[in-house]
Amino acid sequence: MRKGVVFLPLLQGEEELIRKSVDKALRKHEATRENLIPILLQVQEALGYLPGLAMEQIAAALKMPAVEVYGLATFYNQFRLHPPGKHQVKVCMGTACYMVGGRIALECFERRLGIKEGETTPDREFSLERVACVGCCTMAPVVVVDEHVEGKVTPTRVDGILLSFGKAIASGAEAAGKKGEGAS
Amino acid sequence: MSKAVTIFIDGREISAFEGEKLLWVALRNGIYIPNLCAIRGKKRPSGSCRLCYVQVEGRSEPVTSCTLPVKEGLSVQTRSPRVDRLVRSAFELLLSHHRLDCRSCAKRKSCELLKLAKERGLKMRLSRLAPLEHEWPVDDSAETFVFDRSRCVLCGRCVWICREVARVGALGFSRRGIRRVVTTFQDVSMAQSRCTECGLCVEACPSGALYFKEGKQPAAAGQNLSRGG
Repeated sequence: MRKGVVFLPLLQGEEELIRKSVDKALRKHEATRENLIPILLQVQEALGYLPGLAMEQIAAALKMPAVEVYGLATFYNQFRLHPPGKHQVKVCMGTACYMVGGRIALECFERRLGIKEGETTPDREFSLERVACVGCCTMAPVVVVDEHVEGKVTPTRVDGILLSFGKAIASGAEAAGKKGEGAS
Repeated sequence: MSKAVTIFIDGREISAFEGEKLLWVALRNGIYIPNLCAIRGKKRPSGSCRLCYVQVEGRSEPVTSCTLPVKEGLSVQTRSPRVDRLVRSAFELLLSHHRLDCRSCAKRKSCELLKLAKERGLKMRLSRLAPLEHEWPVDDSAETFVFDRSRCVLCGRCVWICREVARVGALGFSRRGIRRVVTTFQDVSMAQSRCTECGLCVEACPSGALYFKEGKQPAAAGQNLSRGG
């Protein structure tokens, strides 16, 4: 399997939107190295994430290699490289949640959605991320889906959450078969 | 031209120019100080490999020689128990991130890690640390060379040369901490990146992370270098 991040293709009309928000950010901030972070932040605020195209345009404007912008965007947790999904799943990895199996819940989501933490499903329905403590450790392990807090999340509950959003869950045998495909 | 000064390295009297970094003065005069991340001509030394420690007379802590500007009367020792201890630890930290299978390594004849270990009597194995897992597959997509990140020590020479000398800017650091890695834009393979395969990064690489494919080593690397961009 490829280790690098898998980037989603842009939606129709998104290119225009990206160009506009990058231009807007570049009008507000002078195109210098020191302004790279403010520019990226503004573009992310407008788009919800940093598409590759935006990073390339910003790099060109600042006369630096695109990989340098990419390096900065991957360095800070503040920057997202994937579009937010329609439903945002946040798995708590605070100490309490981690100890009682937050990782198991996260892995369940990863397997069911076929994405890694920090990524978004190709249909942009779900995005998955890990967060630090959400402040209700008695309910650990906690998952926050679109501002709604779910406590004591077991693998079965993960399926329940996804089913409630109309996500089809493959049966055990199917899931295993699919996994085999993925590995080949 | 800056002022000529006289300094002492291991008791030897050496003339240098004020403000020069000590590491380069020492190397020029045939005094070996281990180094990996130091790049001649780079304005701000990254000082990240932590191997070039020296003991300065009058200072209690060892300092990295790549960041130490020389001045009149500076007196340093390249070895001391404290220096050796720091270098040993730094070296082991690097090795914990470096796949140790020297026999299968293409660069075993020119490896700077091996050279460094030999100079300082360091062992090419881990005694206190567990090896880090390597998650990245070997990238052999380029026509002439292979990029094996499991042998990368993150010295940054390839990144610098790709940017400042070749003026291509295909390589760069990404991520942070334990996941820090040299990648291309959006992690695409070398063949898909803007790499022109000039081969400068391969020559700059001190370890076996970048090496030429068999029979693909250019007679004079850098000949197909594009200086346009």
